[in-house]
Amino acid sequence: MDNDATFEKFKTCAVEVLQVPEDKLTLGARFQADLEADSLEVVELVMALEEAFDITIEESELDGVETVGQAFEIVTSKL
Amino acid sequence: MPPPAPIRRRVVVTGLGVVSCAGIGLDAFWEGLHSPAPPGEHRVHDFDPSSWFDVKAARRADRFQQFAVATAQMALDDAGDLSIDPMRAGVVHGTGVGGLETLETQVGVLNEKGERRVSPFLVPMMMSNAGAAAISMRFGWRGPCETIVTACAAGSQAIGAALRLIASGRCDAVISGGAECAMTPIGLAAFRNMTALSTTGVSRPFDARRDGFVIAEGAASLVLEELEHARARGARIYAELLGAASTADAYHITAPSPGGAGALACMELALEDAGVAPSEVEHVNAHGTSTPLNDLAEAEAIEKLFGRAGPLVTSIKGVTGHSLGAAGAIEAAACCLTIDRKQVPPTAGLEQLDPEMHIEVAAGGPRPYRGGAVLSNSFGFGGHNGCLVFAPLASTP
Repeated sequence: MDNDATFEKFKTCAVEVLQVPEDKLTLGARFQADLEADSLEVVELVMALEEAFDITIEESELDGVETVGQAFEIVTSKL
Repeated sequence: MPPPAPIRRRVVVTGLGVVSCAGIGLDAFWEGLHSPAPPGEHRVHDFDPSSWFDVKAARRADRFQQFAVATAQMALDDAGDLSIDPMRAGVVHGTGVGGLETLETQVGVLNEKGERRVSPFLVPMMMSNAGAAAISMRFGWRGPCETIVTACAAGSQAIGAALRLIASGRCDAVISGGAECAMTPIGLAAFRNMTALSTTGVSRPFDARRDGFVIAEGAASLVLEELEHARARGARIYAELLGAASTADAYHITAPSPGGAGALACMELALEDAGVAPSEVEHVNAHGTSTPLNDLAEAEAIEKLFGRAGPLVTSIKGVTGHSLGAAGAIEAAACCLTIDRKQVPPTAGLEQLDPEMHIEVAAGGPRPYRGGAVLSNSFGFGGHNGCLVFAPLASTP
């Protein structure tokens, strides 16, 4: 899967869980400030990503993750 | 010399909201109360959460919480602009079991996919206080925000607790009521295996052939307001909430105490709290679940308190079914509408009064309401009793 296809799949999860329009899901978008996602919603998104990509993301890996790009990087590093 | 009587402020109902299988909104609900019971399961099929929540918020709220917020919104819209100090505005809501559907769904997720897939929203969605919390957040009401969890007495006891918050001077207005959505596979199986549910699926309060209750979901909210606060803003007043009482049978976890002793004590205390003599009670909106034990015990208690020529009794559960922790709130709303619209709705499903009962039950059609006090009864598993006393404002200057 190339990077664009992976990001499309990532976005599908995020749109479903966070209920935000797709065009707001840029790499620079901040979960809390731009997407109005609180910490529980980020947890729910991570769970959806784990299932969609068949990966495991530990809670400690999410420390300091504030943007869509940072979360996407974690996902791609595991593929 | 006795201690001085504490200050007691008067409390009126200025807003109502109902979600019931009998109808959503006051007019539909009132019409439903004068109709035969809806066929099939007593779910609220027409409830559309998108009328009250955006998609994301709806996903984060259990159905019982959606009902709680929807009825609170209806009741506040009905009440008009309260212009209230948020610190003096409270919420007391009741529920029997809270977010059972959410819990059941997530137990399925746990079993199928493992613990790492259990929703982080399980706790805030299933907790019984989710309804009250969501109401306070939606309206920014920052006074007391509490939840009463006393099975089928929860709705009435929540309204009683709200009355005390206003009467004592702590709050100027309280949104109170109850919400219940326990018609999940496990909820239905559990009630069925208790043999509490009607096997015929027909709710027949006080009828000789009654064979159990018909489970329902639903909610109601009332805006309770201090009388002078309501008068100062020219609010429409449905009724005055004159008094309330809360007692326990301390007898058995599910069966009522023999002869309705617990129910009787609670009714007596509520009337005393209201300053109303039994002879001044014109109408009793009964708990009347259609179970053999409840209806007999309640009828005995009513006869003991009022005598054989007692007040006109009705149970709306013939139409609404039994919505557990919401029932007392839905019935309180029915009492307010009875007073406001001057009519007692009939007991649907009642064809032949149990010959062991010596009370007058409204059957066949509505009866006129002439302005006396109205008593609302609720009794719950655990031996919880909650009674409320309403009256038209005009009769209590």
